[in-house]
Amino acid sequence: MGEEVEAQMKRIEATKGVIGTLVVDPDGVPIRSTLDQSMTLQYAGQLRQLVILARSAVRDIDPQNDLSALRVRSKSNEIIVVTALVYIQSPSKV
Amino acid sequence: MPVPNSNAAFARKGSNVQKVPGAKSTKAATKKKDEEEAVETGTGWEEWSQGKALVRPPDQMELTEAELKEENTRILTANNPHAPQNIVRYSFKERSYKPINIVDQMAVHFVLEGNLVHQDSEEARKLGVKEGLAQEIATVDATAESEEEKAETSVNPAVDGGDVEEAGDEDRPDSAASRINKKEPKVTNQFNFSDRASQTLNNPMRDRICQTEPPPRSSFSATANQWEIYDAYVQELQKQEKNKEKQKGTHSHKDNGKSKKVMLMETQSEDVTKWTMASKILERTISQNTFDDIAQDFKYFEDASDEFREQEGTLLPLWKFQYDKAKTLSVTALCWNNKYQDLFAVGLGSYDFSRQGCGMLLFYSLKNPAFPEYIYPTSSGVMCLDIHVQYSHLVAVGFYNGCVAVYSLKEEGREPVYKSTAKTGKHTDPVWQVHWQSDDMDSNHNFYSVSSDGRVVSWTLVKNELVFTDIIRLTLTGAVSEGPKGAQAPSIASGTSFDFHKQIDYMFLVGTEEGKIHKCSKTYSSQFLETYDAHSMAVDTVKWNYFHPKVFVSCSSDWTVKIWDHTINTPMFVFDLQAAVGDVAWSPYSSTVFAAVTTDGTVHVFDLSVNKYEAICQQLVVDKKKTKLTHVEFNPIHPVIIVGDDRGYVTSFKLSPNLRKKPKAKKGHELPKGPEVEVAKMEKLLSLLREPDQNSG
Repeated sequence: MGEEVEAQMKRIEATKGVIGTLVVDPDGVPIRSTLDQSMTLQYAGQLRQLVILARSAVRDIDPQNDLSALRVRSKSNEIIVVTALVYIQSPSKV
Repeated sequence: MPVPNSNAAFARKGSNVQKVPGAKSTKAATKKKDEEEAVETGTGWEEWSQGKALVRPPDQMELTEAELKEENTRILTANNPHAPQNIVRYSFKERSYKPINIVDQMAVHFVLEGNLVHQDSEEARKLGVKEGLAQEIATVDATAESEEEKAETSVNPAVDGGDVEEAGDEDRPDSAASRINKKEPKVTNQFNFSDRASQTLNNPMRDRICQTEPPPRSSFSATANQWEIYDAYVQELQKQEKNKEKQKGTHSHKDNGKSKKVMLMETQSEDVTKWTMASKILERTISQNTFDDIAQDFKYFEDASDEFREQEGTLLPLWKFQYDKAKTLSVTALCWNNKYQDLFAVGLGSYDFSRQGCGMLLFYSLKNPAFPEYIYPTSSGVMCLDIHVQYSHLVAVGFYNGCVAVYSLKEEGREPVYKSTAKTGKHTDPVWQVHWQSDDMDSNHNFYSVSSDGRVVSWTLVKNELVFTDIIRLTLTGAVSEGPKGAQAPSIASGTSFDFHKQIDYMFLVGTEEGKIHKCSKTYSSQFLETYDAHSMAVDTVKWNYFHPKVFVSCSSDWTVKIWDHTINTPMFVFDLQAAVGDVAWSPYSSTVFAAVTTDGTVHVFDLSVNKYEAICQQLVVDKKKTKLTHVEFNPIHPVIIVGDDRGYVTSFKLSPNLRKKPKAKKGHELPKGPEVEVAKMEKLLSLLREPDQNSG
């Protein structure tokens, strides 16, 4: 099972338009990243807060609910966060 | 100068009991005392005798030599240093603030109000009056009288008779003061007040401070949200449940043991398994982004030009599914999953007799076109597959080597759950079609398979085994016998396709390699209910209509597609498609629409209610010379068809509106809905055909 996930992750990273991937543990420490160190830390720090806020919002309305995914689209990028995974993609298609 | 010195000397004397100032200078570790040396010479003899060590008070200011030598001059002036020098007052005359130069320099150090009163002043007189009133008891009369007398007899002192009075009278001519003086010794202090003071030795005040170590602090912040409260309750619940379990006894220990092991395992591994769900969602999200326009088309695009085209429709290409390792294989089977309508199965193998290798079973989801969801490599080419209608995790597969297998998508391994072997009755020729049936009486799942070895076999999943039952043996009726003695040895026909009736459970059709279609029943194992001379070449596909109970379609490599009414021996409709037809499929939404794919790469879509003779859509979807289309399937709910070709690609198309026409409502009637309509539609068509048939036949 682990290898499949590894293969899947590699496929994702190799997809065109994907800038990088980042995996963060529940404490906010990056486990695995394809970005450089400074970017990794920056994304990890910033997005952690956002995820906490989003999760709080979702659960406040219905405590039995929980956040599953979060997408932030900006002019240049799209950031997709899937509970434990943080992922950055460029929306431009070549 | 003298002031600081004396202060310093005093301080030193006060703090250092032992030493004498002069001595320190000579001992001279401390040059700082140089200043004070010169002053203190009187007590020089003491220094030598005592020779005490120089002790500096610990809180004495440390100064450098230069600083010690510098002279601080102090000037005494008559100015009050505390008086403000810059008083500014507002002048109304000049309407501005003006500084006042002359400032009061008087500093009041001490004020004590005195209590002496001059005897001639008014206050003294008042006090005297008060004192007089106070002594009413003893001397009021006397004094009053004496005062009166004083007043009267100031002229005649001899009038009064008393000695005292006389004595007093004598005094009368003296000033009133002497009289008061005489009375003063008698008048005691009316307050009986005397002031006596003494001062005790004041103990010097000393501060004692004690500081404890502050308790350790940590700051804590939290928010009280709905979900925090909810979580707290849930935890409480769990705790309570755990307590209950503990009360139940030893079982809990075992469980804890197991769970601990599990925990260890998890922490040891990289927890990659936790990511499976997340990475799946991620991949799909990315696919959605990457294939965004296709997804939009899939959902929303309707070909507007269909309004201008009278009857024709088009197929809009959507996603294309391909897998690296399947490039050399051709698509041999397609099947949509009933429950999850975005999931479909692709069977890969090879139709080429000479090139037989391994095969593959792939599952794709429309949500993730880039990569298959499930991959099952097989040792032999997959020829056909079918997904169970209800238990959509069960997939029956027929192989080129004659085996059948059942895969379960719920299982983790890549092996089939059930597989037939030579012992358990596998076919001796490729299995061309499998089909799930409803569960038998023991609620075991079962499916049917047809193969070129002429057998139609029913397989039942009993516990861990596949149990087979031959249902029917296909024979060539009326074949030329080749037996030496002229005895007719019925040779075996090869079944290439079959389909079960949608409503009548026991009835099914089998298409053979010889081009005949047999209508069979599950219960009769040797005889056919009917035979149709369908085609000149092998019948590739037979399919019952979803709505109309009598209609079925068949296609063959002899370039034709024929539509039959099973009660009539001859086809209702015959379509020549100019190339070998690989597959034909009815549409699930209309009884008169079906699609056929040919080896020249064209998809033909027919709608009999619109056009009985021609396809309403003929579209070339792949490269003509290179790829042949092998299979086609309609999606159960979406207006999408998938087409498989011999290169391992599966392409999906969206049907344009013209291809999905529903019957128009007649004026004044409600729009009819439901399968009855479809049946009626078909019936209408058939009746048109039948009448000429009946007339002619």
